[in-house]
Amino acid sequence: MSRPGFVLDVDRSTPPMLFWHGEKFRLERLPEGSRVVYPPEPVEALADPDAAIRHALLNPVGDSAPLPALLKAGMRLTICFDDVSLPLPPMRRPDVRQRVIEAVLDLAADAGVDDVVLIAALALHRRMTEAELRHALGDRVYDAFAPFGQLTQLDAEDPDAMLHLGTTDQGEDVEISKRAATSDLIVYVNINLVAMDGGHKSVATGLASYRSLKHHHNVATMLQSRSFMDQHRSELHSSNWRMGRHIAASGIKVFQIETTLNTDTFPEHFAFLQRREWEWGPKDRATFLAVSRSLDRTPARLARSIFHGIRSPHQMASVQAGEVEAVHALTTENLYRQQLVEVSGQTDVLTMGLPYISPYNVNSIMNPILVACLGLGYFFNLYRGKPLVREGGVLILRHPTPWAFHPVHHPSYIDFFEEVLAETTDPVKIEADFEERFATDPWYIHLYRTSYAYHGVHPFYMWYWCAHALSHLGGVIVVGGDVKAVRRMGFKPASTLQDALEMASDVVGRDPSITYLHAPPLLLADVR
Amino acid sequence: MRRRPLGFPFTAPTWPRQVPRPPAERRTGVDYDTAWARRYPARLARALILDGVTRPVVRALAAPEVEGLDRIESLAAPAIFAVNHNSHVDTPLVMTSLPDRFRHRTAVAAGADYFFDKRSKAAVWALSINAIPIERVRVSPQSTRLANALLRDGWSLIIFPEGGRSPDGWGQAHRAGAGYLSVRTGMPVVPVHLEGTRRISKKGAKGVRPSSTRVTFGHPLRPAEGEDARTVAARIERAIAVLADEQAHGWWAARRRAAGDATPALTGPVGPSWRRTWALGEGRRPTTTERRWPPA
Repeated sequence: MSRPGFVLDVDRSTPPMLFWHGEKFRLERLPEGSRVVYPPEPVEALADPDAAIRHALLNPVGDSAPLPALLKAGMRLTICFDDVSLPLPPMRRPDVRQRVIEAVLDLAADAGVDDVVLIAALALHRRMTEAELRHALGDRVYDAFAPFGQLTQLDAEDPDAMLHLGTTDQGEDVEISKRAATSDLIVYVNINLVAMDGGHKSVATGLASYRSLKHHHNVATMLQSRSFMDQHRSELHSSNWRMGRHIAASGIKVFQIETTLNTDTFPEHFAFLQRREWEWGPKDRATFLAVSRSLDRTPARLARSIFHGIRSPHQMASVQAGEVEAVHALTTENLYRQQLVEVSGQTDVLTMGLPYISPYNVNSIMNPILVACLGLGYFFNLYRGKPLVREGGVLILRHPTPWAFHPVHHPSYIDFFEEVLAETTDPVKIEADFEERFATDPWYIHLYRTSYAYHGVHPFYMWYWCAHALSHLGGVIVVGGDVKAVRRMGFKPASTLQDALEMASDVVGRDPSITYLHAPPLLLADVR
Repeated sequence: MRRRPLGFPFTAPTWPRQVPRPPAERRTGVDYDTAWARRYPARLARALILDGVTRPVVRALAAPEVEGLDRIESLAAPAIFAVNHNSHVDTPLVMTSLPDRFRHRTAVAAGADYFFDKRSKAAVWALSINAIPIERVRVSPQSTRLANALLRDGWSLIIFPEGGRSPDGWGQAHRAGAGYLSVRTGMPVVPVHLEGTRRISKKGAKGVRPSSTRVTFGHPLRPAEGEDARTVAARIERAIAVLADEQAHGWWAARRRAAGDATPALTGPVGPSWRRTWALGEGRRPTTTERRWPPA
């Protein structure tokens, strides 16, 4: 039985708290009176995930027939799946996508379906490598489909591969993969790590082009999404839902499969990461000391490769299939049950340690823009109700924030950082002055289509992701970050947490309330 | 200048006042995990201790005469050895008397309250004799599960069905543990009778006195189809009583008495304690230190 999350009031008896610091760890003693939001422990995994998947496919929720009834000989079937950005960190084999897709293909084979194509729903993300595809889908699926061109990755810049389905009642263009749009059935396989994932967002974003995405991946939408984890208060989701309903109204049938994973995120040798500090036994303390001391002396590149080699022991906690909205309602309920922590009242200063990984740097470098996006876009938005930090409050992040970029994966990020952020950090101005140029730059498009690069517009989306936090906060301080990189983004650098708290007092006064968001595992603060 | 003492994580963390402490996890008694003592490094160490130290000491102290090994010659491991219990010497004596195929893959059921009350003590017994904790006063599901698992995993088990050493030299009523395990796992039970260990060190004795001993193995008993654990336990008790009779009066006499259901009970005569002690003297053999003159 896993224990629920809770809020700890720090006093003299509280031990120092563990903070992520990129590929390193730090212990910080928080001032007395601070609060620490502790996540719930991982929930029980499904005892027999394969049986659960089969049960979900045969017993769909909402207005949907069981999958075997939807599969007919001679039909066009397209199976879409989430890309390398999920789950985080990548899970141990077999990946959930492999389990689900193999179950779907079993049924398709029984029904005599010949025309099957698999599409990695990349949207504007980088393409997956063969190794990443094999890891996600397993060798059986890869070897059966990839050599014959039936395992594809979305190319949202291929005009022949996209189909415009018209506009929503609010004038939003809906353009998705032509193969998917012209199929008799789309089966979408999701991994729902947080409540933001899944629902109509799967097809309407994962299979969409820039022409379609720009209607919700923009500053105005992000400012009205409070938060991304609360579908009913997120304009990002409202827009996706309008598009999803338009897709359904166009006669495109989607059979949605959503899976949740438990939050058992790190393997046994990093067990201390998921244990409450006062429960650290001698083994945890020895492991922490050995690991953190070694990492402090490890070159960044080696440390990165060690961490990106981690395969998470995540296990499937639920699976549901059927009609998109009914499925997503159930998924959200399951996620809330395992991640929500009730927190009473907002705080003046919110602090958090940022890990080495975000959805957009799997097997890559966590560049400064991704650090900002993870802190201000993702972690800041891990709330339901009100943000954890009050309006005009201060966010203190801990991350080395190196001025380093992966030249293959993030070419447009380099130019965005050097050129755009050097001029302004205001998302509205950036959107108006620079977005179009980067989004249509032929070189970025070429790299996106033929190499392993994120689309030219992707760094803009990362920055827009921070828009709500930037407009809400009175200041952002990065502890232990590269001074020049931090300043480039308009944030303040600090050497220690104490310094950062001192600097924050200029904004929030001498006696601020302080809250530390303790992760991993993931949590969602239900702020009352 | 005084050096600052090393704090967390070099030392144990403090416990926040707001967080209630969970009841301390019991890691002694039946909750002591003995799995480590059955891994190869511990087994190697135990083999060295058993053959290099225990066996010579037992020989010097107990000069055992081992009888009845022919009765278990064709018996394949694992098996349950049910032994009468008089002294701490019993366990090393039986272990060193076991044939090779059993000796290094045998665990000893030891009282959780006595041998496993402290972790350091538990570690010593787990390593030296491969002791596993057993509740003496009640059937503990944990103990039963462990014993079952070990037997199924190919480990033999030494059990003292009396539950503890004899307080007065007479046997105590048997508990059903050995019978229960045999019925559950289908493993054979070998009755074993030890004679003379009480003279070396009896319950409550401070030191040890060398004396000769006899170890007698009986025919393996197997539970019949549908047989009750208590019936098997009673059969084991009877078999050990026959071996005791065999020790005292010879095989043929013991066989004839057993056939007539007249084997003397291990528990001795009923009556006041002096009568029981008096009756004990009849079957007593002289110790090696006693002067054997005039010859019998």
